[in-house]
Amino acid sequence: MSVIALPHEATAARATPRWLVLLARRRTTLVGATLMVAVIVIGLGAPWLAGSPTHMDVAARLTPPNRAHWFGTDDVGRDVFSRVVYGARLSILVGAAVVIFSVVVGVLCGLFAGHYHRLDNPIMRVMDGLMAFPAIVLAIALMASLGPSVLNVVTAIGIVYSPRVARVVRGSVLVVRETAYVEAGRALGASDVTLMGRHILPNCLSPVIVQGSFVFAAAVLTEAALSFLGVGVPPYVPSWGNILSEGRLYIQQAPWLVLYPGAAIMLTIFALNLFGDGLRDLLDPKMRGRDAERQRAT
Amino acid sequence: MKTYVARRFLALIPVALVVATVAFVLIHLAPGDPASVIAGPDATQEDVRKISRQLGLDAPLPVQLLQWYGRLLQGDLGRSIFLRKPVTEAILDRVEPTLLLTTSAIVIAVLIGVPAGVLAARYHNSATDQALMAAALVGISVPNFLAGLLLVLCFSVWLGWFPVAGYSPLEDGWPATLRSLVLPALALGVVQSALIARIARSSMLDVLREQFIIAGRAKGLGERAVIYKHALKNAMIPTVTIIGISFAVLISGAVVIETVFNIPGLGRLIISAVLRRDYPVIQGVVLCVAGVYMLINLAVDLSYVIFDPRVRYQ
Repeated sequence: MSVIALPHEATAARATPRWLVLLARRRTTLVGATLMVAVIVIGLGAPWLAGSPTHMDVAARLTPPNRAHWFGTDDVGRDVFSRVVYGARLSILVGAAVVIFSVVVGVLCGLFAGHYHRLDNPIMRVMDGLMAFPAIVLAIALMASLGPSVLNVVTAIGIVYSPRVARVVRGSVLVVRETAYVEAGRALGASDVTLMGRHILPNCLSPVIVQGSFVFAAAVLTEAALSFLGVGVPPYVPSWGNILSEGRLYIQQAPWLVLYPGAAIMLTIFALNLFGDGLRDLLDPKMRGRDAERQRAT
Repeated sequence: MKTYVARRFLALIPVALVVATVAFVLIHLAPGDPASVIAGPDATQEDVRKISRQLGLDAPLPVQLLQWYGRLLQGDLGRSIFLRKPVTEAILDRVEPTLLLTTSAIVIAVLIGVPAGVLAARYHNSATDQALMAAALVGISVPNFLAGLLLVLCFSVWLGWFPVAGYSPLEDGWPATLRSLVLPALALGVVQSALIARIARSSMLDVLREQFIIAGRAKGLGERAVIYKHALKNAMIPTVTIIGISFAVLISGAVVIETVFNIPGLGRLIISAVLRRDYPVIQGVVLCVAGVYMLINLAVDLSYVIFDPRVRYQ
């Protein structure tokens, strides 16, 4: 390690708690974070909070919400409350796995494209090509080839969102690599790996964190949409999209099959959006307003 | 300007090449031999060989890829295995509902989104602003298929004003078509209007901070003239481009919403193709939608030049 303390290392230790404090100060962000934690706790605590999501009580099929079945039962007598709670578990699992997938792939691609001029064009043209597909259409097509399973849903959505992370990372790398401290590191003989890993990447993380929060929301939405269309997770897995897809057929007799899982999706995405907006205003203040919306739109 | 447009078109070529390759790879991504996957578990050896020949899967992979590019250049998307007709024909049969749905959705999204955004910016930080933006935040949190289901529940099941599902083609008269499109178009349009409202508001707020607005107020212009004559025109530049992007987003939204309302458009076509493993149709629809998406995005970028004379390209 060099004897010169580079600026980001000096501030890194102090910076983390400070932005947490700032984040907590905003009311809307706090509401979003609280709701998000609630969804995560419910999802992780599903086995203790709810009964079996697959137990069928055919005698009690399509019963309206009552004391035994808070959210009613579906067409084969399964408890909708249990299915919605287990659905939260699946949504969080898929959301988190997609974020990990797309951040790892996106950061690697973005870092290499930004750092090595020779790799920039080939990598980014492939990313552009993947982004030329509307997200849901590419995800549907990938699922057609991969086949229905939770892992494949994560892979398909991960492939769709990695280029979006890569683009953000590359943009930051191009700025950071020109800074004096990277030049200093290079002058001191730091290897490319050290430069990228220790000096460039830590200074590109803010937009990645912000992007990650939106990828999480997009992944939860896309999983629900894929499952709703019948090309997502297998039908026996309790997922919000699957519950809605079955509920759609009984919407006239049993509206609770649509209302409760629908409310769960809305609340979760709402919480993620609130939290993501707060995170963005704090970590990436330049990205406010229309640029941010445009990024969200595509 | 001309060279800029030409350059942008040339820049599409590598992207289009990647898009075509991704569509080609799709069929080879499935585990195992694609021909036997398509033929299904009950197929005989002869069936598998026939499909393999029909799709050109018996050639070496690089040759297949070159043949694929060659066929695409001629506008040949192959034949559907299940529908037993050319894919281009299958797509053309299904374009009408998707196009009508997307167009009506964009009209609704603009009619709600732009006024809401302008109003929120004009009364910045007031109760109106906060209420509108809270509504918009809820709006961007609702998946369009859920919005569709909720509209069906409210207006079809409870109130009985509109059909629960289904589509009436244009040749049976446009009033019936319009009636069958109201709910699906609302589901797509209202959700998208939330996004447009947020952009219209933030670009309006940006413009209101500009010097020419201060100058306008200083020379005694009424608030109305400042907002609607001077600010609105300038705020529309980013808004118009986002409307273009919305159009692209709504095409893919239509793919989902068609399932909710059983509308026989491109969305139903690709979903039923996925369920039947009809790869040529999947590839065709994906390519077609991606192509439209790319052209719209290009048009959006080029529209900057038209809507904002200050923007100059070398």
